[in-house]
Amino acid sequence: MTTVETQLFQTEQEELISGSEAIAIACALADVDVITAYPIRPYDTVMQYVSKLKADGVFDCDFIVAESEHSQFEIVKHASAVGARTFCGSSGVGWFYAFEAITVTAGLRMPVVAMVGNRALDDPGAFGTEHNDALAVRDLGWMLYWVATAQEALDIALLSWRVAEDPRVLLPMAISCDGSFLTHSQAIVNVPTSEQVRKFLPPYDRGKLQLHPDNPITIAPQVNEDWLMEIRRQSDEAMHRSVAVIEEAYADFKKTFNRGDPSAFIEEYMTEDAEILIVGMGTLALPVRVAIRRMREAGKKVGFVRIKFFRPFPTEELQRVLGGVKAVCVIDRDYSFGSPSFAGVLFHELRSTLYPLEKRPLMLNFIAGLGGREIHTNDVNHMVDIVQKAIDTGKIEQEATWIGVRE
Amino acid sequence: MTTVTQDLPPVKGVKNIPLEEQFTSGHRTCQGCESALVMRLMIKAAGPRTIVLGSTGCMYVANTTYYSTPWVVPWMHTQLGSSGSAATGTAAGLASMMRKGKMKQEPINVIAFCGDGGGADMGLSAISATLQHEEYNLLILMYDNESYANTDIQVSGSSPWGANSTFSPPGTLHRIMNRRWKKNTAGMLAVGHPQVRYIATGCASYATDMMNKVRKALSIGGPTFIHTLDPCPKGWDYDPMYSHELGMLAVQTGIWVQYEVEDGKVTLNGPSKMLAKGKKRLPVEEYLKRQGRFAHFTKEDIAYYQSQIDVMWEKWWIPGVIPPSPEDD
Repeated sequence: MTTVETQLFQTEQEELISGSEAIAIACALADVDVITAYPIRPYDTVMQYVSKLKADGVFDCDFIVAESEHSQFEIVKHASAVGARTFCGSSGVGWFYAFEAITVTAGLRMPVVAMVGNRALDDPGAFGTEHNDALAVRDLGWMLYWVATAQEALDIALLSWRVAEDPRVLLPMAISCDGSFLTHSQAIVNVPTSEQVRKFLPPYDRGKLQLHPDNPITIAPQVNEDWLMEIRRQSDEAMHRSVAVIEEAYADFKKTFNRGDPSAFIEEYMTEDAEILIVGMGTLALPVRVAIRRMREAGKKVGFVRIKFFRPFPTEELQRVLGGVKAVCVIDRDYSFGSPSFAGVLFHELRSTLYPLEKRPLMLNFIAGLGGREIHTNDVNHMVDIVQKAIDTGKIEQEATWIGVRE
Repeated sequence: MTTVTQDLPPVKGVKNIPLEEQFTSGHRTCQGCESALVMRLMIKAAGPRTIVLGSTGCMYVANTTYYSTPWVVPWMHTQLGSSGSAATGTAAGLASMMRKGKMKQEPINVIAFCGDGGGADMGLSAISATLQHEEYNLLILMYDNESYANTDIQVSGSSPWGANSTFSPPGTLHRIMNRRWKKNTAGMLAVGHPQVRYIATGCASYATDMMNKVRKALSIGGPTFIHTLDPCPKGWDYDPMYSHELGMLAVQTGIWVQYEVEDGKVTLNGPSKMLAKGKKRLPVEEYLKRQGRFAHFTKEDIAYYQSQIDVMWEKWWIPGVIPPSPEDD
């Protein structure tokens, strides 16, 4: 079977597409070999686009509709072992249904790339965005990225295969996209040419790790206390190495495609001379930026740091950017019931990041936007008011505050 | 089908069985383990151009310990319920890359095995889904030792009625703890997936028959399934020297039916064929009394067991495969 030559990838084009469609196009550009789907909102829009691209002959892949998310992730894991480039994804409890397969994919160091259409976990059944689904894999050896725009979704998908499949890394990577806000919202996206992508993204080559009769290896024999710790350490070292590989790939990405931020790991917005820095992930960046712009106009020294890579976590970069400010205002679109200070996941990561600093900023946490509830500019103003009060009084009344919740 | 299959003609007689071993030393299965023999015969039949995926169970833990492997062919672990998905993923990866010119074109056998816990219980839906993909050439082999034998002999959906296991021990109040009748896995899969070209049952006591079933399953094209009954000295509680004999007794008593479903046509084979033609079945007691797992059976229990086997042979449309129609009453 040959693919239909389309205008789409011959010349650079500007397309009005959603985040899901952007990632589907990235799959075609990356010439992914095996893709598995299972329906759950909101991620599954990506698979609707993938199946249409395949049906129309835009690209050739084995597109398998599995009978569960567990099988979906197991199938790509095994396809990856024989050397195939893979893609899959899920949302909410679907991601959790696949959890066994998700953890072994990382344990086996299979460079599967997955999209998580962030969704609240059941029960009660809910479709709106929350970050607890993707965050659940934070300790397992998955690289985790939160995108904020459809363009970034396409770009980071291409970066994902390059980094994940790099022989120095060989770890799976998940691209988190806020449900609805990103998966279903359209924006103008620059779609690169196949030629540009070929230059940036080399073929996946497992080398001596490929499962094939010409290379009759045994993968994942059962192991006891005599070796498991060394194997865990190898995953840890791969995650360490991924930092430099990401930097290298991102630099190359910017050169090839002429776009990108100064840093692969974080995005800074009006951070210079800021006294208060808001930190968050995903599409909440949009209302936060608007609110900050207005506050700046009113003379308030507020800025924003968007964390893009949650794993590997940009510890040193965040220490540098957040270190000198008076207060850090962490917005969590997630929860961690019963955790220290009853705060959110991102807050804990940041407090841990900043603890070694000699001069530690005040730290306040805001749980907001759960279940897809919108975070408005007024909410951001409200958070900053609370932070300002803590600065003025030198006292934190409450470390974690729920924003916009009916009491 | 995306690739042609290997040419694997039937082995004619034990003297023509290949000498080369693809499953050799390096494992630590129990003495008398028939499942290990199934592995050895399976891969001997398939040959070296084969990828084997093994789901969690005895044949994972006892066979493959870190820094040691009995597999001469490429082998990879898969999760307990993932034999179907492992086969699909492996076959799809190979097919996609060969079609796109990323890998040399050649027929590579893909075999995924699972135990009865992984196949008849947890992995059933994934196996069913895999059997729907006519475009992939693969074999799923379920080695059935009738319990979760790797984890301490716990009852599975494929354990026989009344069998003693660590989750179904006979007690002072309840003599029979496992009241479920053994699941008819191969028959259910054959009936439910009419497009599958080959589904068979086997037993290592009939070695060439089992090997030839593997060869047919790998060469016929598309997804295929084989279910073997494997006597297990540890789980069934008997002297390991009797493994071979117990497999034969399971067939001769009519408890285990040897058959093939090829392109929708059911054929009973070996001793099962003779039983269907009227040869007298041995009493099930001959089989049950040899095993400690049935030591608590009373005369009534044995009579009940015999009655169920009698019904299967006398009332079913096809013994061991298709139960009777209500109209037959």
